[in-house]
Amino acid sequence: MTAVTTAPRSKPGRPLRRTASGKIRRPHTFGEWCLLVLAIVLAVIVVFPLVMLLLNAFKSPQDYATSGPLDFPRSFYTDGLVNFWVGKNFPRALWNSIFISGMVAVLGVVVAVLNAFAIGIGRVRGRTWITLLFLMANLLPQEMLVYPLFTMFDKAHLLSNPWSVILTFTVIQGAFGTYLLASLYGTFPKEILEAAAIDGASRWRTLRKVVVPVSRPTLSVLMVFFFIWTWNEFLLPLSFLNRPDSLTVPLVLEQLSGERQTDVTTLISATLLSVIPTIVFFLIFQRTLTRGITAGAVK
Amino acid sequence: MSARTVRTRPPEDLPLIPSGGKKPLAYWLYFIPGILLTLGIVVYPVVYNVWLSFHSWRGGFTIPEFVGLENWGQLMGDSSFWMSFRNIIFMIIAMVIIPTLVGLVLAAILFDVIGRRFSGRLASFLRATFYLPQVIPIAVAGVLFGWVLYPDKTGVLNQFLTWVTGSEVAINWVGGEGRTALFSVMLLMVWVQIGYPVVIFMAALQRVDPELYEAAELDGAGWFRRFHAITRPMIRPEVFVVALTTTIAALKVFGPVFILTQGGPNKATYVPSYYAYIQFFGNGTNKGYAAAIATAVTIVVAVVAVLFLRAQRRAEQKEA
Repeated sequence: MTAVTTAPRSKPGRPLRRTASGKIRRPHTFGEWCLLVLAIVLAVIVVFPLVMLLLNAFKSPQDYATSGPLDFPRSFYTDGLVNFWVGKNFPRALWNSIFISGMVAVLGVVVAVLNAFAIGIGRVRGRTWITLLFLMANLLPQEMLVYPLFTMFDKAHLLSNPWSVILTFTVIQGAFGTYLLASLYGTFPKEILEAAAIDGASRWRTLRKVVVPVSRPTLSVLMVFFFIWTWNEFLLPLSFLNRPDSLTVPLVLEQLSGERQTDVTTLISATLLSVIPTIVFFLIFQRTLTRGITAGAVK
Repeated sequence: MSARTVRTRPPEDLPLIPSGGKKPLAYWLYFIPGILLTLGIVVYPVVYNVWLSFHSWRGGFTIPEFVGLENWGQLMGDSSFWMSFRNIIFMIIAMVIIPTLVGLVLAAILFDVIGRRFSGRLASFLRATFYLPQVIPIAVAGVLFGWVLYPDKTGVLNQFLTWVTGSEVAINWVGGEGRTALFSVMLLMVWVQIGYPVVIFMAALQRVDPELYEAAELDGAGWFRRFHAITRPMIRPEVFVVALTTTIAALKVFGPVFILTQGGPNKATYVPSYYAYIQFFGNGTNKGYAAAIATAVTIVVAVVAVLFLRAQRRAEQKEA
């Protein structure tokens, strides 16, 4: 590590050169190589469990039992995948997850836009307190919500119905959206709004034709996040969704892993299958995600 | 904009759209869906739970009986409850302290060394790799770690350790004596959380003027000194945000415990949310007691949030 701190300013005969981009070109020091290796090793440790998953998902039970998890597969066995796909009706779970997360993404953003319009652009009185009231949904531990909502949805015959989860997470995600959009709309370019008002546009029309289109990039980032967050939720869906055909992807996997008769290879294939949609989504929206996380962090 | 509205409302309270004589009250109409939903999904449960925490109720068709502070008194002397709160401290170590510290160093290495001295694309690729566990559903991650940490010598991690050390390792990770079960949950949470601070801190580093680094570098300041003198103070706001959001997340941990250890062995990995959950949904348990647990956690979350925001405001004022 000390090599880093003693990086020479310039070596005789090899003066520092600036490239067009302003980078300083000099040979990499030993310390820099060490840090590079350190970062790569840590990244390998992070992906290690996922690589193991891929390595073992297609092993037959005998193969797994004899060679163990670290060896390369000697067979190409897909019964584990099929067991999970058919036995737990994975396509149904996939659809449930897509439907619930998609609905929450859209409805959460709609609610957030309406709230944020009144708070950020309408600047209603007591807006700080109203924002706090909304934000409560996001801050509350879910065990505070679970039982009253369970009894409420039970009475409304909404248990095992996707709408129990959709309604709940529309509020929870919408709360975060309200918080984020309210500060964004608070700095909305006034000239555009005034121009719309001079043209005789009503508030509702201004919201639909001016505010929403201008803030579309942020809204799409929010949608991506609401989708993923809802997809990953566990406690509340676990409590509200009980019938086998109502389960989401995390729930069917949890159910499978809880069953005593599940063999290890089926569980590994099932875990791989459950990770795949997330990874696909991650690859598609990687840029949006990194942009979005930081948008939420910096005020 | 009539003179009347200007007089009654200070300019920063005026709607951004000129109201042209119409009452700004109409904006309240936009709250209707949000407020109605929030009343039903958030306010009602909170009121219900606080009310329930003063009652004894076995669920079903029995009638809740008012018991005053009995649940709360019992809670104060309940070792399981305190155990679950003590475990929160371990969750904070795994979800706040380790990821923030490691994330700070990693972000600096990725941005400052790898991004600037090797390749920007490699830096983004590594950042994406660290972030990947964040998008995997916690339940799926839990099942995955249940397999990786499989107790006997056929477990992935045990086999790996056997391979590395050369002697047979058969640690009973999830069900083990002492702290190993808690350690397993912590390991999972570190894995899940590590990418979040890396992404945020790297974005924060982009705000820092590169000239500043170069000037320091030309003055002979080494990497560590630059990190200490420039990077650390610049990204303090982000450190606050990360610490606040992850601390609140640590107070709410449920999935990993539910899936990996079921609170065991012998309640060693109880966390408040798990304790409340099994009290709420257990057969014939006192739902009022569960409501008291949930309310207590809520109070703690609120206190933590307020303390954090106050500290942040104080730090900002000190800087200004």
